[in-house]
Amino acid sequence: MLTKEQIAHRIARELKDGMYVNLGIGIPTLVANYVPEGMTITLQSENGLLGMGPFPFEGEEDPDLINAGKQTITTLPGSSFFDSAMSFGMIRAGKVDLTVLGAMEVAENGDIANWKIPGKMVKGMGGAMDLVAAARNIIVAMQHTDKAGNSKLLPQCTLPITGLKCVKKIVSDLGVFDVTPHGFSLLETAPGVSVDFIKEKTLGRLSISEHVAEIQF
Amino acid sequence: MNKVFVNATDALHDVKDGMTLMLGGFGLCGIPENCIDALVNMNVKNLTCISNNAGVDDFGIGLMLKKRQVKKMISSYVGENAEFERQLLSGELEVDLIPQGTLATRCMMSGYGIPAFYTPAGVGTEIASGKEIRNFNGKDYLMELAFDADFAIVKAWKGDTMGNLIFKDTARNFNPLMAMAGKITVAEVEELVEPGILDANQIHTPGIYVHRIFQGINYEKRIEQRTVRKRL
Repeated sequence: MLTKEQIAHRIARELKDGMYVNLGIGIPTLVANYVPEGMTITLQSENGLLGMGPFPFEGEEDPDLINAGKQTITTLPGSSFFDSAMSFGMIRAGKVDLTVLGAMEVAENGDIANWKIPGKMVKGMGGAMDLVAAARNIIVAMQHTDKAGNSKLLPQCTLPITGLKCVKKIVSDLGVFDVTPHGFSLLETAPGVSVDFIKEKTLGRLSISEHVAEIQF
Repeated sequence: MNKVFVNATDALHDVKDGMTLMLGGFGLCGIPENCIDALVNMNVKNLTCISNNAGVDDFGIGLMLKKRQVKKMISSYVGENAEFERQLLSGELEVDLIPQGTLATRCMMSGYGIPAFYTPAGVGTEIASGKEIRNFNGKDYLMELAFDADFAIVKAWKGDTMGNLIFKDTARNFNPLMAMAGKITVAEVEELVEPGILDANQIHTPGIYVHRIFQGINYEKRIEQRTVRKRL
């Protein structure tokens, strides 16, 4: 099975030179650590920054410069700032090439649920509904099952929906999946994980691609 | 015409119980600290607050929540505040959650004189209930209404006595959008200067949107998540 770092590492292979990318909180944030050498990726932070740099050196934190996770960050040569309306404007307009985010559930038609659990304190959707409604390409980083071992790749979402038919690809701890008109399609397996095990742990419709390979790191 | 006020209490003197206030900021970044302190001291009640977040327990809008001044919060994310959670679960506080981009655009459209717009955010979700849906080029969109507030309260880096504002870094966030949406817009600034000092090319918010301005003091600028890397 893949660790969180390995999920991020695998997702980073989907990056292409010159992409504008929005990374969600959690595993998606780690993708920034695996940008292939020589590739220029511009990270968008939806609180109003293109060209997000690494964390500041100790003592150089600036309270006016944070990312969407409210962490202190830095800029890079060529960064730009803008207001929140323009930030979501560029997202809605399809200017951001790739969005990576986490999910509680994904349905076989690409619906995603990641903002609310009935009966628990609702914290809000933040920018998630805007992102999933408009991003051209959405990759989900997630655990394949819940703690009890139940599939989170489902025929239909059971939790309140964040967006419809928007997820294009999933990298879970068990493998890599495309979301196709015919449901989930297994492309790659995590090291040591069998196709049969993935079948058993996937409740949504699953097809096995002809050339399933094990992910190599 | 004088837009310059002495301090936050002076600039907010006519805020009344039951009013709707917009407060700029993202998390604790770019929040109008002086104005929040003044509102806490004035003890105005039954407020509806439109702000992306609700502060933390002992800072930002959290200070107003602690004094039970807020009747309703309109936000996109409210996850950092235990007192907020308590009041919400006990039914003392109403909350209206709005997608972040929709929240920002609703403020902006008010300042642009456009009463409504269509966005894909929220289509197929529970927030779509009761909203007009229209299909453009094969895709569904929700109609969302522009909104304004009795007072829009924003924080800028620099401003001049004409009300022109410049924001710094990601402290810009919702501030220029809310500045456009106040029946009365109050701006607190770290540095207040005479007209002509700020480069007109660099102005983010033209003074026409700003009714009152004052030089803020004692900015704490608390950091919510201090993340650093080691020097090699």
